Amino acid sequence: MLERAIEVQNLSHYYGRQRSLKSINLEIYRHEVLGIIGPAKSGKSTFLTCLNRMNDLIANSRIEGKILVDGQDIYGPGVDVVALRRRLGIVFATPIPLPMSIYENVVYGVRLLGKNNRKELDHLVEDSLEKAGLWAEVKDRLQTSALKLSGGQQQRLCLARVLALKPDYILLDEPTSGLDPISTMKIEESLRLLKKDYTIVLVTNNTKQAARIADRTAFFLMGELIEIGETQVIFTRPADKRTEAYLEGKFG
Amino acid sequence: MLLKPRVEQKIIQVILYLFTSIAVLVLIFILVVILKNGLPQLSWKFLTKNPADMGREGGIFSTIVATIFLTFIAILIATPLGVGTAIYLTEYTVEGRLTKIIRFGAECLAGIPSIIFGLFGFILFVNKLKLGWSILSGGLTLAFMVLPTIIRTSEEAIKSVPQAYRLVSFSLGSTRWQAITRVVLPSAVPGIVTGVILSIGRSIGETAAVIFTAGSALRMPTSIFSSSRSMSVHFYILAKEGISMSKAYGTAAVLVIAILIINLITYYLMEKYIKMKS
Repeated sequence: MLERAIEVQNLSHYYGRQRSLKSINLEIYRHEVLGIIGPAKSGKSTFLTCLNRMNDLIANSRIEGKILVDGQDIYGPGVDVVALRRRLGIVFATPIPLPMSIYENVVYGVRLLGKNNRKELDHLVEDSLEKAGLWAEVKDRLQTSALKLSGGQQQRLCLARVLALKPDYILLDEPTSGLDPISTMKIEESLRLLKKDYTIVLVTNNTKQAARIADRTAFFLMGELIEIGETQVIFTRPADKRTEAYLEGKFG
Repeated sequence: MLLKPRVEQKIIQVILYLFTSIAVLVLIFILVVILKNGLPQLSWKFLTKNPADMGREGGIFSTIVATIFLTFIAILIATPLGVGTAIYLTEYTVEGRLTKIIRFGAECLAGIPSIIFGLFGFILFVNKLKLGWSILSGGLTLAFMVLPTIIRTSEEAIKSVPQAYRLVSFSLGSTRWQAITRVVLPSAVPGIVTGVILSIGRSIGETAAVIFTAGSALRMPTSIFSSSRSMSVHFYILAKEGISMSKAYGTAAVLVIAILIINLITYYLMEKYIKMKS
């Protein structure tokens, strides 16, 4: 269980001059679900996008420190960023289906690699949608536009799209923040099933969600990692007063 | 004097309605005059026979062919150049001094009178590059003339594609070029096509730039190196030299109807494309 998959060493992140992450040190173990909680603007999402270098796309974004994924320094020279992002798939807070059919959305990432074998793709689509808990609802209309799905379905499609890449890691950035309780429940169900095959980092603004799914939970506040530990411990006997206050709903 | 807001609202509404009506009326007036004088001239023979006796007799077939070739060459050259420039400006550069200069340059280019393009084409293509008065010289000149339009409209179309689509594409492991070809451009197609159609219309109707570069030979063009006369140049010469007003109106009617048909077909195709995408 305790194999280190990702090691974050002394990570600081800046937007221009503003320091948004302050010397973060933490480890993510293989096949765990790490929940990251904290109030808005605490650096949770920034941390997540540092892990697969999506933050490269933001102007004036800069990091210090090291992130090792499977032992490889992902900010080191010669890193293939495009390949890295396939290994660490990300689901954003707002579901963003691409303006194409459900089917094409799922196979988008694979087609980029030039894989066009119809049978393999069909299989991949079924498998990915099944894992994301969407297959039963859309199997008869795979060729219709993904834009016609409901918000909850769209978010599960986004999850399926990431799963189709066969990543090692799934990064989720407040994936249920805009969804109704039933859709939220369905996504959480999928995540519970997925954690035996994937390493999952779940940023959430819903502390109860972390309590429900995460094996370990980290609490971020104003760019600092306040504490990290077994979810049960964090929620019942947090070491830091600020964690306790946040969990009791005193701020955030 | 202060008006009650309700009265003011009413007055403004009437004034704006009048303005709009004037714009529409001018269009209708032009169409009616052209079609009323031109339609009686139209016949199968008019469209398929070559002009005879300087254009007094016969039809306008050779000028239709010349117009099609001129426009085709112009669009064939201007579209990749324009769309490519737009992609570079929007996707591969950070907004800064250089992009502002390029954009300003393109805008100035758009404001240059077409006769100046004609002169430029005459000096560069006809004389310097020794292409002579030819469809190629004319097409190249038209290409430069419509280039700013295509750049501008493509840029707007590409910019209006949500940034989130690009992010999603990158997050699924695409390169920038893959994001552009697979997500950005397909979403921008309607806007880009609008610019191209606008340019086709301008190329078909352009006279000054063409008369300097493609010449005004009435013969049927045999290759892109033939000098030839486009419909609008034909119209200009017929009317100006007083050769035949009736044939001039006939030519004008064909021009107007051609542009109308192109617009209608494009709108129809665009509607279908947009429906297919959503």
